[in-house]
Amino acid sequence: MSLILERRESPSTLVNFLVPVLSILLALLLGALIIKLSGFNPEVAYREMLSGAFGSWYAISETMVKAIPLMLCALGVGFAFRTVLWNIGAEGQLYMGAWAAGWVALSFPHGQSWWLIPLMMLAGFLAGALWGLIPGILKASLNVSEIITSLLLNYVAILWVDYFVYGPWKDPKGYGFPFTPFFGEGAWLPTFFGTRVHLGIIFALVAAVIIYFLLKSTRLGYEIRVIGENPQAARYAGMNIFRTIIVVFLVSGGLAGLAGMAEVSGVIHRLQHAISPGYGYTAIIIAWLSRLNPLVTLLVSILFGGLLVGGFSVRSIGLSESLVYVIQGIILFLLLAGDLLTRYRFSWRKNAG
Amino acid sequence: MNWDIVIATLSATIKAGTPLLLATLGEILAERAGILNLGLEGMMLVGALSGFIICFLTSNPWIGLLVASISGAIIALIHAVLTITLRANQVVSGLAVTLFGTGLSGFLGKMVIGVPIAHYFTPIGIPGLERIPFLGPIFFNQDPLVYLSYLLVFFIAFWIYQTRPGLHLRAVGENPAAADTLGVNVYGIRYLYTLIGGALAGMAGSYLSLAYTPVWIENMTAGRGWIAIALVIFATWDPFKALLGSYLFGLVDAVQFRLQAVGVAVPSFFLNMTPYLATIIVLIFATTETARRRIGAPAALGSPYEREEKS
Amino acid sequence: MENNIVKMEGIVKRFPGVLANDHVDFEVKEGEIHALLGENGAGKTTLMSILAGIYRPDAGIIFINGHPVHIKSPRDAIKEGVGMIHQNFLLVASHSVTENITLGFDRPRFILKRRKLEKEIQRIGDQFGLKVDPQAKIWQLSVGEQQRVEILKMLYRGAKILILDEPTAVLTPQEVQELFSTLRRMAQAGHAVVFISHKLDEVMKISDRITVLRKGKRVATLLTSSTNPRELARLMVGKEILFEVRKTPPKEGEEVLIIHDLSAFSDKGLPALKKVSFSVHSGEIFGIAGVAGNGQKELAEVISGLRPAHGGSIRICGKDLTSVPPRRVIEEKVAYIPEDRKGVGTVGNLSISDNLILKTYRNPPFCSGTFLNHRFIHDYAKSLVEKFQVITPSLETPAKLLSGGNLQRLILAREISCSPRLMIAVHPTRGLDVSATESVHRMLLEEREKGAAVLLISEDLEELTALSDRLAVIYEGEIMGIVDPKDVTLEDIGLMMAGKRREKTA
Repeated sequence: MSLILERRESPSTLVNFLVPVLSILLALLLGALIIKLSGFNPEVAYREMLSGAFGSWYAISETMVKAIPLMLCALGVGFAFRTVLWNIGAEGQLYMGAWAAGWVALSFPHGQSWWLIPLMMLAGFLAGALWGLIPGILKASLNVSEIITSLLLNYVAILWVDYFVYGPWKDPKGYGFPFTPFFGEGAWLPTFFGTRVHLGIIFALVAAVIIYFLLKSTRLGYEIRVIGENPQAARYAGMNIFRTIIVVFLVSGGLAGLAGMAEVSGVIHRLQHAISPGYGYTAIIIAWLSRLNPLVTLLVSILFGGLLVGGFSVRSIGLSESLVYVIQGIILFLLLAGDLLTRYRFSWRKNAG
Repeated sequence: MNWDIVIATLSATIKAGTPLLLATLGEILAERAGILNLGLEGMMLVGALSGFIICFLTSNPWIGLLVASISGAIIALIHAVLTITLRANQVVSGLAVTLFGTGLSGFLGKMVIGVPIAHYFTPIGIPGLERIPFLGPIFFNQDPLVYLSYLLVFFIAFWIYQTRPGLHLRAVGENPAAADTLGVNVYGIRYLYTLIGGALAGMAGSYLSLAYTPVWIENMTAGRGWIAIALVIFATWDPFKALLGSYLFGLVDAVQFRLQAVGVAVPSFFLNMTPYLATIIVLIFATTETARRRIGAPAALGSPYEREEKS
Repeated sequence: MENNIVKMEGIVKRFPGVLANDHVDFEVKEGEIHALLGENGAGKTTLMSILAGIYRPDAGIIFINGHPVHIKSPRDAIKEGVGMIHQNFLLVASHSVTENITLGFDRPRFILKRRKLEKEIQRIGDQFGLKVDPQAKIWQLSVGEQQRVEILKMLYRGAKILILDEPTAVLTPQEVQELFSTLRRMAQAGHAVVFISHKLDEVMKISDRITVLRKGKRVATLLTSSTNPRELARLMVGKEILFEVRKTPPKEGEEVLIIHDLSAFSDKGLPALKKVSFSVHSGEIFGIAGVAGNGQKELAEVISGLRPAHGGSIRICGKDLTSVPPRRVIEEKVAYIPEDRKGVGTVGNLSISDNLILKTYRNPPFCSGTFLNHRFIHDYAKSLVEKFQVITPSLETPAKLLSGGNLQRLILAREISCSPRLMIAVHPTRGLDVSATESVHRMLLEEREKGAAVLLISEDLEELTALSDRLAVIYEGEIMGIVDPKDVTLEDIGLMMAGKRREKTA
């Protein structure tokens, strides 16, 4: 008798649910170990993180603020994943969206008109979409790895924004620091109930709903699902794979661009050197963890938003906020390892003579 | 024509290209075995930090180098277990490694940011060779790691093409089923070369923190790991072409640095973009070229190997 | 004289749903070429795969040179001197001949002494008449040359027993002759050769003895010199009673599908269809019989637009549809039931309803503009599932969870509901149980009643003879003959399937 792995015939809902949950719990445990090994008290650290993230209404609102760009980016990344396209460039698309929105805002420093914010939204979306189009076209026409191209463009986008905030757009009254002057109030996204939670959350909710219905109820959504699951059958049905890849990258990039616009218009209120603590990368994990379901993505984004906020609050006890990325990495490892169990299961097999 | 500036620039080219070369060589070995390792950036950072810390503690950069290589290999082990034994998706696993490695190095490195180390690798001239006009100061007055990288290129090329283990390596990446039925240990080979790739990545990272700029800065690799991955395609998985590609990129780096120093009108940010944009262009050509000619990626690259258990 | 170099006793091998080898005994003598003959699914490849260490038997013993052996893997088999050359070669395309042959071998230890290896390979090659250039890369070689490399791989390792699985399927007539002379030399040198085939001509020419398998059992072992093709054909296909089916006489209408001089290449670049010509009328079932791998797959793909034609023409309902994209063919109301249900046939992770609209989602009322009409789709799917009796927990169940039979009903439901004028069904009942098979047959006959032209490609002779109004046999990309199943015996069909052309055509 020997223990072997064999493919599952049908998915087990229990395993599909347990694996992500256990991954998160185990990762937190391992994170505690790392904290301990670097000489700090894990309990203190985690309590700090928890209270920083969910311990008060203020904390929760801060968590939501961080969750908004995560939601938008993760929705976009997940959308691309549906067609087995890896959009690793959400970070860069976010920056380009922020830049374009900033450009509009700075061009109308005293603007109060109703059309300013929608124009910024449009600019942000388009900039992100076009930035996403580059790896999209290269992939669709020449089969160039979209992983590498979209990722390299992240570095370019960050430098692009740097040029402007260190150079032509720098605030002359800013003592040489790399930020632009504050946007005029007409360019600020309204916030709710005195917290920093801004209109961006509505963008995210609307986007999630739109994507959900797009995938479920439109011809394009149907084609996306078929192409992602079985390109052979898609070809038999006569679907246009090239066009679909382009559309997917435009939408995916556009959502990340919108996230960038929301960050600079709703939170930071100006363009500056470091707009994002890696939202675009975290979004990838969120999308994977949520198994590409738009509604689950929103919830998981809140969780990771909390993780980010908690991460920042542990700085007060001397830990680096990079701890959060360590934990995220571990979650992903465990998820990948656990993924095996969703595709295979253990069973005993008789050995023949 | 001021030859001194040319020589200085070319010498800087070698320095800048060396971390790329080491990382690319490691990735070539892993990919030839069929394993796509996108976690280079994370492995390099872990190597850079661990090498730096150990050198700081022991005042010996060589021990730092050793530890850096080992830590790179340990991180690679995670990727290997996930992708080879657990058949996880190689792309996501690599990304996870990058995230983890970046985070871990940032987290643990907080204590040593900006701390200077007294002992690090300094250029050592090779007596005799360094006096060759023009070539001498460029190639033979460099850090010991650079000399190591020269040797590695030749050794790895010899290993891959002229030895039996190299034949097995190549077969495993091209047609693991064929190799398996003839008794080649597919899983073992994939593990081995993934770990070696990680070790070389760690070594590449430690070059940055122990020789290139002997200091620890968060994210100091600045995307070099990703450039190395693209370079593997550019080099069509060949060590000598990797040498060429790495130094070409080193040249771009060195030249844009020089232009900044000289105060050329183009803002430094755009010059800084050039390595990344150049990589994209290179990737486009490399992808279309390998599709056109028959020299391509190892046929089994990126697919987990499952022995057909039909009994 | 008992000099059996290989003796297999009582071999039993089961796979889910089928008994591949049913207590089979098999012996091979030293220095003989022993052919293993049978239709697809007879169990030949399975039996030899057990000998070669790829499968492990559920029961039975293997003796080599009189000693019982336990072969657990191909490595063990090679150690025992057994080497198998498969239909799909296990070669590394970008490596050289030498590298492929010496892969995995213990010596030389470290440095590849290429010159020395090449000489050795040349020597073995000359010994057996296998001409190869040791420095050539595999991808540069013709298929016949690649096969020689595979054979050399085994000889290099000292294999005394060589198994070749359908070796001539990919060879030109010249190459077949060369292979035969090589095999004779090997036999003369004392090797034993097992030659798996379904081709009577070749088997008669090359073998010393023939063992016939049918449906997992050994039917006979004969001396080649004392038998003839007719007898072999009869042994291969058996004398079962034809499955009686209530069938009305064909209402032969106009020609719906006209194939003229059609030629096409397989995935490997070899000619798969060689100037094939036939026509199918509305209201008839036109069967195509033949052992798998003789061009059927390519024929179906060319007609449905999934593969380009390299010559000749396809006319459907009067329109020239040679080498057009699949969408055009769908528009002409052509239904395609592919042999690969899970590949091009269905999308496993999508629901039943999603799969049912694969061809029609673009047209109203399935959609209005960009939006899919869920209400309509739901009702449509519901009615189809009922009508075609697809057993499924719900309409939202992913297709991959359906059993083989239900999956096939799903595909049929989708394809038939477009009221096709031409239906192409490829191995439609493969892997299905009796009731599923019966319902598929019923549906094909119904379509025939409605006036559709049905092209039925199958390996199941019972099915073909029961359902077809006219039957053609395909062999190596050519039509051997077109007959009325009522006028011929199974033997006649068997002969055509094995390469003997029919004199007159219907």
